[in-house]
Amino acid sequence: MELSAADLAAIRLTLELASITTLLLLVLGTPLAWWLARTRSRWKGPVAAVVALPLVLPPTVIGFYLLVSLGPNGYGGQLTQALGLGLLPFTFAGLVVASIIYSLPFVVQPLQNAFAALGDRPLEVAATLRASPLDTFFTVILPLARPGYLTATVLGFAHTVGEFGVVLMIGGNIPGQTRVVSVQIYDHVEAMEYAQAHGLALSMVVFSFLVLWALYHFNPQGGRRG
Amino acid sequence: MPFPRLLAPLLLMLSMSVQAEEVSVAVAANFTAPMQKITTEFEKDTGHKVQLAFGATGKFYAQIRNGAPFQMLLSADDETPAKLEREGLTLAGSRFTYAVGSLVLWSAQPGYVDADGTVLRQGGFKKIALANPRLAPYGKAAMEVLAALGLADTLAPRFVQGENITQTFQFVSTGNAELGFVALSQVMQEGRIRTGSAWRVPDRLHTPIRQDAVILATGRDNAAATALARYLQGEKARAIIRAFGYQI
Repeated sequence: MELSAADLAAIRLTLELASITTLLLLVLGTPLAWWLARTRSRWKGPVAAVVALPLVLPPTVIGFYLLVSLGPNGYGGQLTQALGLGLLPFTFAGLVVASIIYSLPFVVQPLQNAFAALGDRPLEVAATLRASPLDTFFTVILPLARPGYLTATVLGFAHTVGEFGVVLMIGGNIPGQTRVVSVQIYDHVEAMEYAQAHGLALSMVVFSFLVLWALYHFNPQGGRRG
Repeated sequence: MPFPRLLAPLLLMLSMSVQAEEVSVAVAANFTAPMQKITTEFEKDTGHKVQLAFGATGKFYAQIRNGAPFQMLLSADDETPAKLEREGLTLAGSRFTYAVGSLVLWSAQPGYVDADGTVLRQGGFKKIALANPRLAPYGKAAMEVLAALGLADTLAPRFVQGENITQTFQFVSTGNAELGFVALSQVMQEGRIRTGSAWRVPDRLHTPIRQDAVILATGRDNAAATALARYLQGEKARAIIRAFGYQI
């Protein structure tokens, strides 16, 4: 089984996209998940519902709305143009934005559950010891919520690797920029190049299995106590 | 005329109970609208029932090879039916061309594309959309046109590719690509370009986009399949097909 240069480029691009998306989602998702876990605001319900929406809508539908809203006639597109960013569809940055929306619930929900499970006690103890909020976050919350972060990372990464419909709609299939593995496999299948499709699909499955296994194995809380 | 008005449905019911059959047809997505119209007429005229499934030809090929319950395929190209025939999955001798597609260079903006397509040479655009030439006959034709004009290499960095002609149309209609090669049938209504601006690409610049149909081996004894194949080649169906921007 041999992978072509185009296949390898697609693999590289996919890993890049999934890594950047996961990293940004962890940074953006933490305050959002924290707020959702702790707030008593009446906005909690609506916000949680919006976060979960990408689970409901078919990816091609999300992709189509992104194409329309980020295009030159949409509000999103007019905003990015006014900010001097140009139009996002058919760019790598556009894929990152789309993936963040698409994978949002997969990162926010595990974090929210982890934060909710902490309870008030550790925070009260930290406060009596006069830890600053930032200090509390890094020395108390983060270590305690580690399994939640692991799950969020794995799900966010895996879900972005497996993303297809959204990328198909706003990617434009540009080599090295928007042609990710899932699209490349689809192209092989559609072109009836089943051997290449099997090769690429198999390497994707094997790679993903190894990464997920390694993550679960090396996580002390999730792995050994599991 | 009260008498024939009563008689007609009776006769229809009678004829249906005698020989009406059902045929399940896989139809290339680009032919959705004309096929719906043709099917309505066909059912009215013959009493047969037609089940339509719309989708990508490549997907249908994989499904048919793996036992999908279709009796007929209306392909987006002429290669797939020929391939199925070589593999012994069709009713021998049932293959025919039901439509020939026409290519247009189209923009959603009025006045953007001129009547001779010189906009391609001027190149004042960021993105030009075309269907993936490896997968879609319209994409292959678009590449041939660009090659014939000597622009294939210069414009390649500005390509955005749709997986099929429908997606390509969406890229252009949403304005994300300023212009693109789409099917005339997508932008034409009652013989005129509906919106935006277009250059009707001369047929001599690319090989004809033949769309072939074939009765599958599973439809061998299906009277409705045979009738539909004949109907598609009749003048009534052809008039509908032409009205949607195909040649035949």
